[in-house]
Amino acid sequence: MRRFRARVRVMPRPSLLDPQGQAVAHALGELGFRGVAAVRVGRTVELTLEAESAEAAREGALAMCGRLLANPVTEDFALDAVEPA
Amino acid sequence: MKFAVVRFPGSNCDADAFAAAEAAGAAATYVWHRSTDLEGADVVVLPGGFSYGDYLRAGAIARFSPVLRAVAAHAAAGRPVLGICNGFQVLCEAGLLPGALVRNAGLAFVCRQVAVRVETDATPFTARYRPGQVLRMPVAHGEGRYVADEATLDRLEREDRVVFRYAGDNPNGAMRDIAGITNEGRNVVGLMPHPERAVEAALGSDDGAAVFAMAAVAAGV
Repeated sequence: MRRFRARVRVMPRPSLLDPQGQAVAHALGELGFRGVAAVRVGRTVELTLEAESAEAAREGALAMCGRLLANPVTEDFALDAVEPA
Repeated sequence: MKFAVVRFPGSNCDADAFAAAEAAGAAATYVWHRSTDLEGADVVVLPGGFSYGDYLRAGAIARFSPVLRAVAAHAAAGRPVLGICNGFQVLCEAGLLPGALVRNAGLAFVCRQVAVRVETDATPFTARYRPGQVLRMPVAHGEGRYVADEATLDRLEREDRVVFRYAGDNPNGAMRDIAGITNEGRNVVGLMPHPERAVEAALGSDDGAAVFAMAAVAAGV
């Protein structure tokens, strides 16, 4: 078994109101930052996985996204490159 | 007639639900989330609180608790299940109810009395109310904004499965003012307001008491 690191990005669906993003955009404006057209807030999950291959680690991570890490009703996820840890 | 009140680490409305069931004349028992034995209960309540600290998403971890297998079987058998607040979130995460509950539109945690309209009496928990009746019940949540895709929302309305709606003031930005829904079988109900905190006038309202009283009748005990 080898160790791999996988990074999952989970974001609220674009069609859903993201009040956290709006609040951050507002705060940036208050701080004097100009040109912030929109902010959206999601989360990153880092997984350290033990697997036979990068492909197997990737498959495992995708299954975890579908089952637990993202809610298919409200969130989209993206799995970044799976790299040796 | 017996209620099982499920306790997760982080549940905090379990004692209130237990007391509301007893006040309605039923027996009640607590079931720990690691158990799969509902102890012959007729009605299961998933109470409010912050199961597993609301980590990841509210209800996301709790839905994989062993007890949820028993709750799903109870629901599949057509027997009554009530999810209140965090319990509603757990039922949605578990796929026993459609849609999801996300961060309040105003971001703030809302904790106050609201007006909630009963939209249907065709569930075990609302059979003792009149459709259109407006109840006073408290809400207390940070993630209570009900969302679902348009097709799901249309279907819920077409099938008379919106059980409760905020009347007037919508405290969290829920789509179509939805405060509670039921499943296809109409035996599983989830709602964000707290009927168990509105069971006697000294608490500010007793409008929620019939939620627990009616479950007794529907279970046929």
